[in-house]
Amino acid sequence: MTGPNLIITREDWSLHRKGEIDRQRHREKVREAIKKNLADIVSEESIIMHDGRKIVKVPIRSLHEYHFRFNYNKQKHAGQGDGASKQGDIIFSEPKSGQEQGKGAGDEPGVDYYEADITVDELAEMIFEDLGLPNLEQKKKPEMASDALEFRDIRKKGISSNIDRKRTIMEAIKRKAMKGEGGALAITPEDLRFKTWEVTYKYESNAVVLAMMDTSGSMGPFEKYIARSFFFWMVRFLRTRYNNVHIVFLAHHTEAKETTEEEFFTKGASGGTRCSSAYKLALEVIEKRYSPSDFNIYAFHFSDGDNLSSDNENCVRLIKRLLQVCNMVGYGEIEGPYYYTSTLRNALKKIRDEKFTCVTVKDKGGVYAALKEFFSLTSGPGG
Amino acid sequence: MNLQEEVKLLEHALTLISAKAREFNLDFYDMFFEICPADIIYTFGAYSMPTRYSHWTFGKAYHKMKTQYDYNLGRIYEMVINSDPCYAFLLEGNTLIQNKLVMAHVLAHCDFFKNNIYFKRTSRNMVESMGAAADRFRGYELKYGRASVESFIDAAIAIQEHIEPGSLGKYVKAAEPERGNSRCAGRPETSYDDLWSIGDGAETDTEGCAKKKVFPEEPEKDLVMFIIQHSKELEDWQRDIMSVIRQEMLYFWPQMETKIMNEGWASYWHLRIMREMELDESETVEFAKMHSGIIQTSRSRLNPYTLGLKIFEDIERRWDMPAPEEKEKYGRPGGQGREKIFEVRTVDNDISFLRNYLTRELVDDMDLYLYKKVGYDWKIVDKEWEKVRDTIVNSLTNCGYPYIVVQDGDYNKRGELYLKHNYEGTELDVVYLEKTLPHVYTLWGRPAHLETVLDDRPVLFSYNGEKSSKMFL
Repeated sequence: MTGPNLIITREDWSLHRKGEIDRQRHREKVREAIKKNLADIVSEESIIMHDGRKIVKVPIRSLHEYHFRFNYNKQKHAGQGDGASKQGDIIFSEPKSGQEQGKGAGDEPGVDYYEADITVDELAEMIFEDLGLPNLEQKKKPEMASDALEFRDIRKKGISSNIDRKRTIMEAIKRKAMKGEGGALAITPEDLRFKTWEVTYKYESNAVVLAMMDTSGSMGPFEKYIARSFFFWMVRFLRTRYNNVHIVFLAHHTEAKETTEEEFFTKGASGGTRCSSAYKLALEVIEKRYSPSDFNIYAFHFSDGDNLSSDNENCVRLIKRLLQVCNMVGYGEIEGPYYYTSTLRNALKKIRDEKFTCVTVKDKGGVYAALKEFFSLTSGPGG
Repeated sequence: MNLQEEVKLLEHALTLISAKAREFNLDFYDMFFEICPADIIYTFGAYSMPTRYSHWTFGKAYHKMKTQYDYNLGRIYEMVINSDPCYAFLLEGNTLIQNKLVMAHVLAHCDFFKNNIYFKRTSRNMVESMGAAADRFRGYELKYGRASVESFIDAAIAIQEHIEPGSLGKYVKAAEPERGNSRCAGRPETSYDDLWSIGDGAETDTEGCAKKKVFPEEPEKDLVMFIIQHSKELEDWQRDIMSVIRQEMLYFWPQMETKIMNEGWASYWHLRIMREMELDESETVEFAKMHSGIIQTSRSRLNPYTLGLKIFEDIERRWDMPAPEEKEKYGRPGGQGREKIFEVRTVDNDISFLRNYLTRELVDDMDLYLYKKVGYDWKIVDKEWEKVRDTIVNSLTNCGYPYIVVQDGDYNKRGELYLKHNYEGTELDVVYLEKTLPHVYTLWGRPAHLETVLDDRPVLFSYNGEKSSKMFL
């Protein structure tokens, strides 16, 4: 009896990249979707509170494969027990509303988002794409330099991943031409050329950023959260982009004091609000430690604007003094559920200076807008 | 052991296994086995084929499968293609005994592809045609831009399940695009078109036309075909993409509608064949481990391998040793078990398989039940065997997709597309519905509507190119 032919083979699949290519495209699409939602994602609690985890889950729209389908939650489904199942047994329970943590919400019908895993660094990269410190000037003492690698040399030895393909092929062509050979091009080890890098130093001007935050009693959880989100990204941004930028943290209620970074982000306080205290302290810090002739100085202040009315005039005066020494002064006011008629913002409106920027943040989405407003390189600060 | 030797050993095992399979009367095509690294198997798994057009959705599937493999959460041992010759792919790093089981399993799959009537009309050259289609799509990407090809595929695959599979030849339609060929069907193309009916000498004809205002005349299940034929919006390359997607769906449909049978059949035979092979002690243990992994059950879903295997074994038993009642009532003489399961493998699909052979004893024995969402809990709500059986059968209808037809291709006399969901008690996912209609709009070029039922009230969802709307009828 002759049966069907049977053949077993084993081939070289190392060049098969199809899956990887489409996987890459899928990743691109995830990134595009994330970019479109940056405003929502920037203030995602899971990121701001990410306690050192490298990968965070971010909710994004799109990337579903939409089609007509049944409502899963309204269908009966079949399952198989171990022999002792009975009516009323619970197969599994869903987390009660409000805590969707840990459940692949993307798989649940009716929930219009998809969760993507992304590293905090990748996310930061996207957020900071167009951001920079505005009005940066050359100062006297360029002590701070950032390393930069530049490929600017070609050698015959090197790492295979750095092969300069164009030059290698040129060498092969040259060699063949010199020998007067025809035929197919073959590359020999002598033809190989490698790109090689050199460490160069990119000099940057010195910079110091003064982060001032209102921690008074009127700053509720929402206001504090917004302010912290902003400073979280600001600190991250400064640290990734500028190697040696100094950051000074100042927290205030009726009095201001310098805090450590950790205290700044975690400690709550209470009491009334006197914003001028922070500005006064900022001026002192500048005077003592950061001479405007050596440093680019940036001051950012976040508050709910619920300042002692008698203090407002004082604030305007101090901000004007700050503007004389700073490259930029930013004030962010978080508009809470109540509307104050006499807010600090109204008082500060009077200041006409292109180095002064004032923004209002109404909701979580406003944090990203504030970042873009304060750190936009292209348009420059505007009122 | 070097690679050569490994292939040698496998070849030897394959000879024995296939001889045994033929002894059991399994009837398969020529077989090509290829040993592949995990990346490749997972790529094929994600695309369901060794070659297919590129799209990010495959990349997404690949990413998911690959991640599961990398974290050791899931593993595909093999992959087999319905084609002649039949291609099967073995995972590099499988042990010899794993590969033996896989080869026995695959031979039975191939027997099923070759002999089950629902596969009678599937193309056996699909590997080649899908490769050729992938090349054409790449050409379209170069010519029309990657983004426009991608977004068109996005739209086309959103409705790809809505075809008329006609696996048994109950329905065939020529695949020619029609451009207003019927004077009766729609509005006249120009106001002078009635000229052509002069001299037809058939008043009765015009009367017939007047009655047949509806277009299509009968509700059309093949939405993809309907759009290919009647959309005024599509370019030739877009029609080609839709036709390819439809052809591929037609090809995969029989696999979807016989999943339980096919896996049950393959599991039935890998067990029988492996029992006949000489295995040493450690091989026996490894085999048993792997087999029990395959038939592991889950509280929240049915395992097609287990369910299919149990039913085939039960059929064989009942036809080999019929109960006195069965003997008397059906005149079943006994001893026909094997013959019967071969007959079932030829003529049934999952729906008829379960409806005919999922008995009360099996439902009780396997402890099958129905569960649904009650508040925040998913609870067992029914164990009554007929309800269990019927619910499973219903969930397999139309391969689990909602049954949707084209009701009117000239709705409102404005060339709008009116789809209707044949509601049978299960509501649609509204979020998905509202996101799918814009895709239909893209393909049709005019507003798209879908009628369905929510809370026992008929409702019409629409998308007019700008916004979605919902209206209770």
